[in-house]
Parts: sequence; structure tokens; C-alpha cells
Amino acid sequence: MNFRRAWIAAAAAAPVLGLFAWGLTRDPNDIPSPLPGRQAPAFALPVFAPGQGALARPIGDTIRLADLKGKVVVLNFWASWCLACRDEHAALSQVAQSYEGQPVQFLGVLYNDVPIKGTSWIMEMGGQSYPSVDDPGARVAIDYGLYGVPETFFLDANGRVAFKNTGPVTSGTVRMKVDSLIAAAQATAPASPASSAAADSAAKSGGAK
Amino acid sequence: MSGVRGAVRALGALALLASFTGAALAQAPELPAAPAGAPQDSGALRVQVQGTLTDAQKNDPALEAATKSVAALLRCPVCQGVSIQDSPSELAQQMRTVVKEQLASGKSPDEVKAYFISKYGEWILLEPQAHGFNIVIYALPAFLILAGGAFLVFIVKKWTSAAPAAVSAARTSDDD
Repeated sequence: MNFRRAWIAAAAAAPVLGLFAWGLTRDPNDIPSPLPGRQAPAFALPVFAPGQGALARPIGDTIRLADLKGKVVVLNFWASWCLACRDEHAALSQVAQSYEGQPVQFLGVLYNDVPIKGTSWIMEMGGQSYPSVDDPGARVAIDYGLYGVPETFFLDANGRVAFKNTGPVTSGTVRMKVDSLIAAAQATAPASPASSAAADSAAKSGGAK
Repeated sequence: MSGVRGAVRALGALALLASFTGAALAQAPELPAAPAGAPQDSGALRVQVQGTLTDAQKNDPALEAATKSVAALLRCPVCQGVSIQDSPSELAQQMRTVVKEQLASGKSPDEVKAYFISKYGEWILLEPQAHGFNIVIYALPAFLILAGGAFLVFIVKKWTSAAPAAVSAARTSDDD
């Protein structure tokens, strides 16, 4: 009789314990973003850190997302008070430099920080190859559903959010995403009918052999 | 007697479980997430926001009240279980400004909520919407209260019918 009661109690507790166990496997800080797959929110933000060499944009210039159509955009939200941003800075800066001349725009967006602090942080970190813009009032950050830094958005050549990375990115991740987005952009470029015809004939000749 | 003790133990265990559940569900307020929290001490250096609000709108009590009621429904992304109305964090204040501006521009509270849902997902709502799987959250407590009531009726009936026999049995054993 007591065993039966124990079994009933165990059966009643099992779903609750199961729910708790499932809850422990989840990271409460990991919030799924609804943005990937959607059109990226537009912005027009002022440059405060110019970047270096061919990637440089003058301070005071305004960068509009609409003007970047046809380019893959890597949008990196960061702040000088953000420790994890230090981990990814060198990787991002180097990868951006290696894509010089390709249809990619790397862009830093300062989040809840002051440009002067951002500039001195960049100097302290040994420079940044790509430009950074200021986001007063975190308007653009909120538009992108930001809940912390660093967060990096990869936008395809049509201005659609392709992927969002929460936390520091690695150069491997950035290269993989950017390469595939550039390839996708070139595959759907206006010249595609001719190139697909060429691919068809190549496949046919390959098959004939 | 063992039946009564068993039932009391079972109820005690249920109460204990319920208190654990309550403790687990009650989230500690305002624990800033490590990578997310903006520094709170940068008041002097804080970027001035070029808002679209006029001075009249800034001091409009009706707009302020409407902002409060919408902001109280939205979760602060850098806090733990706190609305943007209750959080002093920089992002929450900025989000409150966005709420106020959108309301001032003529958007309805539902449209403002929809804007934040489109950016952060339904996670941004402190109270989940009652559709799909979420209905469980609203239906389960009612179901549990009904089930608990039924259980109590069942167990009390069992006690009242079993008690006299148990008592007389105990008496006879005391006499021995």
C-alpha cells in the first residue's frame, strides 16, 4: 500500500522534476532573435572612428545601410566598457583587412558609449581597420533587438539579416559567413543566366566524356 | 492512523515542492547580465539623445501614464525579470524613450508592443501571450487547483470513513 502511494507521488513529481531538469539545460541569457531572415532595419549613422587604408571613411561622414546595397555587411556592436569585445577585436580587424577590395563592408557600431572613449579604446587595441559609427540613444541597437555587446549581424547583399552572432566572433566564423554570403550574392547577380548556361554546357560536356 | 500520517506527509511534500517551484520561478530582480549591462556611473558622459519629443510632450502626464503602462509590460533585456519601467539601466531608459516617442507619434500601445516583439521576439513581453503552448501557463494553475480540490475531497472522505475503525483499533491496542 505504501509502495503504491510512493509510486503515485513519484509519478506526480516526475513531470515537475523533468521541467526543472530541462530548464537547467537552457541558457537564460540566450534569447532567440526574430531578425535573421528578415530585412535589416535601416540606419544612417555618423562615423567617429575612420578605419585604416582603403577601408577608411572620413570622421563625420554618415554611413547609410541603403547605400551599402550589393555589399555583404558585417555589423559589429561594441563598446569600450565591454570586456568580451577585446577578445574579438583583433580577429575582426584582421579579417576585414583581408577582404579589402571585395564587396564587403565591415562596420563597428558603438553601443551606449561615448565616441572619445571608443577612439581611445581603438588606439589602445592597436587600431581598427574598418570604420566605426556612433549610435546615440541606442536607437539602432534597439532596432536590431540588441541585448548586450558584442553582437555581430551578417547582412546579405540584398540587405537581409542572414545571421546573428551573440558574444565574441572568431575569424573562422566571420570568414565562413562572409565567404558564403559573397558566393550567394555572386550566384544571384544579374549575370547569372549566362553563367548558369555555361555551367549547364560544362556539365553536359562532362557527362559526354 | 498510518493513513492519516501518510496523507499529512504527502501534503507536506507537496507544499515543499510548491515552495521550491515558487522559489525557482521568482527571479532575482536586477542582476545585471555580465556582458550586457552598460555602466551605470557614466551619467556625466552619457550621450545626449536627439529625441523627437517636444517639451510639451515630455511633460504631458497622459503620455507619461501611457508610456508607463506599456513600459511595465516590456522586459528589460539586460536585467533579470524586470520591466523597462522598473529598471534603472541605460538600455531600459532608452527603450522607454522609444516607447514614449512611438506613442507620441500616434502609435497605439499594441503597435508599440508589436514593434518590440518584431525586434526581440515574444520574449520581450513579461506576460506571455495566451496562444499555442503558452496556454499551458494559464490553464495549468486552474487545473491544479481543481485537481487539488478533488484530491482533498477524496482523501477527507477516506479519513472520515477509516478514522473510527483506526481509533477503535488503536484503543484496543492501548488496552493490551
